[in-house]
Amino acid sequence: MQVKLENLTKRWGKVVGVEAINLDIEDGEFVVFLGPSGCGKTTTLLMVAGIYKPSEGTIRFDDRVVNEIGPRERNIGMVFQSYALYPHMTVMQNISYPLRLMKTPKSEMIERSQRVADMMGIGELMDRKPALLSGGQQQRVALGRALVKEPELLLFDEPLSNLDARLRLSMRSEIKRLQIDLGITSIYVTHDQIEAMTMADRIAVMKDGQLHAYDTPTEVYDRPRTLFIARFVGNPPMNFAEVDVSQTNGAYHARRQSLELVIPADRGEKAAAKGSVLMGFRPEDIMIDSEGIPGEVFGVEPLGRDHLVDAKIGDIHFYLLVDPSLGLKSGDRVKLGFNTKKSQFFDKKSERSLLWN
Amino acid sequence: MQISVRNRIWSSAPYLLLAISVVPVLVGYFWLLISSFSTRTEGLLPVGGLTLKNWSFLRETPFGRGYPSIWRVTLNTFLIAAFMTVVVVLVSSLAGYALSRLNFPGRRQFLSLTLILHAFPSVTLLIGIFFVLRTLNLYNTIVGVGLVMVGFEMPFGIWLMKGFFDNVSWDMERAALIDGASRLQVWWQIIIPTLKPGIAALAIFAFVSGWNAWLIPKTFTIGAGQQATLSVYLQNFQGDTVAVDWGAVTAVGLFQLIPVALFFIFTQDLLLSIYAGGAKGGA
Repeated sequence: MQVKLENLTKRWGKVVGVEAINLDIEDGEFVVFLGPSGCGKTTTLLMVAGIYKPSEGTIRFDDRVVNEIGPRERNIGMVFQSYALYPHMTVMQNISYPLRLMKTPKSEMIERSQRVADMMGIGELMDRKPALLSGGQQQRVALGRALVKEPELLLFDEPLSNLDARLRLSMRSEIKRLQIDLGITSIYVTHDQIEAMTMADRIAVMKDGQLHAYDTPTEVYDRPRTLFIARFVGNPPMNFAEVDVSQTNGAYHARRQSLELVIPADRGEKAAAKGSVLMGFRPEDIMIDSEGIPGEVFGVEPLGRDHLVDAKIGDIHFYLLVDPSLGLKSGDRVKLGFNTKKSQFFDKKSERSLLWN
Repeated sequence: MQISVRNRIWSSAPYLLLAISVVPVLVGYFWLLISSFSTRTEGLLPVGGLTLKNWSFLRETPFGRGYPSIWRVTLNTFLIAAFMTVVVVLVSSLAGYALSRLNFPGRRQFLSLTLILHAFPSVTLLIGIFFVLRTLNLYNTIVGVGLVMVGFEMPFGIWLMKGFFDNVSWDMERAALIDGASRLQVWWQIIIPTLKPGIAALAIFAFVSGWNAWLIPKTFTIGAGQQATLSVYLQNFQGDTVAVDWGAVTAVGLFQLIPVALFFIFTQDLLLSIYAGGAKGGA
């Protein structure tokens, strides 16, 4: 099923929750709403679910406008962060509840619930109450309950946030595999950018009720349209430095104190028009390089496979990932090379990218 | 060794303190029991031997013809308490749900009004209610008394239930709506079952307060009529002309107390949850 949000807005009095969002979701697509808490992603999801009524705009399922249709007629399944299981019902009763409400014959109800439970790997827990299950098992029950009525749209509201790190990893790939197998259109809300990067077909980045970007994970990562996206997506986060970009002798230079970089013409040209701009480099685009610009190691954080090094050129800090066998420590002199082909430039005032708009 | 002895003394100190403060209460109950089987008591000791005379009210009314038997009075009391329980629980749980979950004009005002009514001294309303009941032809009826008592109990019930509903997660309700339930189905199939202990506690509370009520039955029934409740019946012993038969008073008092005491013994866990839950959600 296709989902189309047109100019979707939610207000409570003067407080704006979501402002004029336009978004198309293709049939079978997995879309992640990504943003910090309070950005309006859950509000948007609840409007799609039919729990909140939009203040303005329309929601379309295929060509049908569903604004005025209640959640029960939308044929959707939803999984919540808190699991939201019914504590007084057994696992079987929880999973079969949507079928019970549809007045499915009892034998069919039991058969379908059992099949879904087996698929989720909780087939032997059917007689237990939710309180006796682990967090991971509870989330599987919640997923089973969402799937049992074979919905046309699946909604996830931070479903993995309450799980421990290892379980989160395995549930993540499990949900993704399940979604591909069943081909159900899905919307997944999270503040975890790694979840978004790994699971999404397309990511909708939101902040303060506004849609900042709606694109594939690689596009969002490589071509951040706003400073917010550049800061929010990527771990460790992107480095920024205020620089002046100007053209001399046909080449574009970004300068700040002892830092001077030659920027490829296609990027430099756009940045030079503004003069003083914010330049960004991802940690993986900065490396130790004997030909590079001299600086000093300010701090080292061992991450296991890499060391996260905080290096200073003048008073500008750059974070980069370094091979631990180099044995860098604070105070060491280093030379830094920059992969200028991956440089990003942002307007200081509007915080929009100078390259991708 | 020494430390552990001192520890034991300290850890048992609260129990000792509690035990001491409970003694006067226990003595009171003990006197009630003794007195109801004695002709007269001197302190805690029966004087003049034990007797069953005080319990004769079970067979015949001590107030003469025209006054209902103890069994009729007990039935009246039970009916009022049961009526009150059913209405208070039903209306409070619906109203509490609405106040907790729905946003409607006047919700805040309604909540503060309810709180004011809860704290309102009911004595000041007696005369007004008397006129209302007389106009409605409900004066001196069990239904009339029941309705008035429900009215006085309701603010407490509504606030309590609202507190319980406030503690139910929104997500659970949303999940049920998305699963395909209607609002009423959500209320009945999902929320009410999870609040069973709270509802049971409110029911017990309403029943006991109906069972023990005195002021309202006394005011809105005719003193020696067929509609008397146990507390009113008990008060009839305090006549103006004859000396009070304290033996009979204690016997009737004990009779009224027995069901309540049994109730409390079997349901004290639930009653504790009413205070814990209510305080949490009351804010």
